[in-house]
Amino acid sequence: MRSIKSATPKQTLFPRLAIAFRLAGFVLLLSGHASWAQYVPIVSGAVGFLDSTNTGVNFFQPVVAPVVVAPLGKHFLAESRFDLRGFYAPKNGNSGPYEGTFIGSTQYLQLDYFATDKLTVTGGRFLTPFGTYNERLTAIWIQKLQDAPLIFPIGTRTTGSSDGGMIRGSLVATPTIHINYIGYFSASSTAAQFQAGRATGYRFDAYFPGKRVEIGTSYARFLQGTHNNSSGAHFWWQPWRFPLEVRSEYAHGAHAQGYWIESAYRLSQWKGPDSIFGRLEPVFRMQQTFRDSPGPGDGLPAANTNQVDFGLDYHLPHEVRLNTSYSRKLTSTGNANIWDFSLTYRFLFPMWRGHS
Amino acid sequence: MKNVRSAWKYSTLPLAVLSLGSLLTWAQASSSPQDAKQTSPASAQHAVAATTNPGERAFRANCGRCHNPPEQLSPRIAGTVLRHMRERALLSPQEERDILKYLAP
Repeated sequence: MRSIKSATPKQTLFPRLAIAFRLAGFVLLLSGHASWAQYVPIVSGAVGFLDSTNTGVNFFQPVVAPVVVAPLGKHFLAESRFDLRGFYAPKNGNSGPYEGTFIGSTQYLQLDYFATDKLTVTGGRFLTPFGTYNERLTAIWIQKLQDAPLIFPIGTRTTGSSDGGMIRGSLVATPTIHINYIGYFSASSTAAQFQAGRATGYRFDAYFPGKRVEIGTSYARFLQGTHNNSSGAHFWWQPWRFPLEVRSEYAHGAHAQGYWIESAYRLSQWKGPDSIFGRLEPVFRMQQTFRDSPGPGDGLPAANTNQVDFGLDYHLPHEVRLNTSYSRKLTSTGNANIWDFSLTYRFLFPMWRGHS
Repeated sequence: MKNVRSAWKYSTLPLAVLSLGSLLTWAQASSSPQDAKQTSPASAQHAVAATTNPGERAFRANCGRCHNPPEQLSPRIAGTVLRHMRERALLSPQEERDILKYLAP
């Protein structure tokens, strides 16, 4: 849904630069080490059909989200993800024929340089590393619930992607603890496919592999227009002994704050993950946002909002997944029911044959 | 403050459901027999016992936290996938090597 926020870009020099940048990216991709036995460039990603009914209004989106990854020698990696989707909704609000628009966005197109064991330098367009949802869970073949959390816009404005540079790595990586860091800056851009806000920020987290527990904190400073700060914290727990996943985030923005907690439990302990019941995964998420002051255009609910989401996902064979969910939104401006349904197919194949 | 109190009132039921679900999960896991050995990456995601394979453990501790492993992974692209995951999941070079050995022995 992030790409829907994109505004019509101004006609500037940037579109030409964008084209040149893309061409350069593809040249880099095609110049990869094809003969390196295990390092053939890949095309991955997913195709999907997303349907949603929100407050009685139905809309659907066919989506293709390809990921291209190409190692360039031992120290460089070029990678990109695009999101191409149609958005079809009733022409007259909640009735009449459907009318569609095409939306395409470049979510990341970056070059990574593995400088040392503890430092990776990234340049280009990358997913803004605020919290965990944007970087880890926005891919349609990963997300367990179709809709992003209500607090998603905090720290990721304006598009969820940044144009600039990023450093990241693990300061400590032992079997008992990982201490990870990310720092970034982003320039302002209105170029088509490369829209981003001027911002800077960081994320720190501590991960305990023995417990599969992660805690972390994020910060972002928006340096465009009215400068403001966003901060956040996250907690993940995925016990080793059973297939439960608990994820949560809290974020505080200039005009609002909120949190979400999501739990998912794959029923794989009932006759294995490939059994009829073992493919089921109930999901539950609760979230609240609190409006501190009016913030038009910040992407957050205009009034305090409480929402619960009940999902039931089914992992079909051959990388096909069926996600369904019902959400109840409670707010002073009007309650709403949201029904979501999506079918996705995840693909992964080499860009060319390579050597066996 | 009134709004906050109201919001917490709304959240009482979901919190209760979440807590109950966690308790049931814990109870089920405690009473379920544990399968010790799983070999394929796809099923390893759902293994319930601790593994001694460092690659499998590193996979489940890092990549498996966000997504299921691919059902099939050609050895020709295993290195590329792992290089991608090194950047995404902040894998150490040792973890990258261990997982590569596990996925494409």
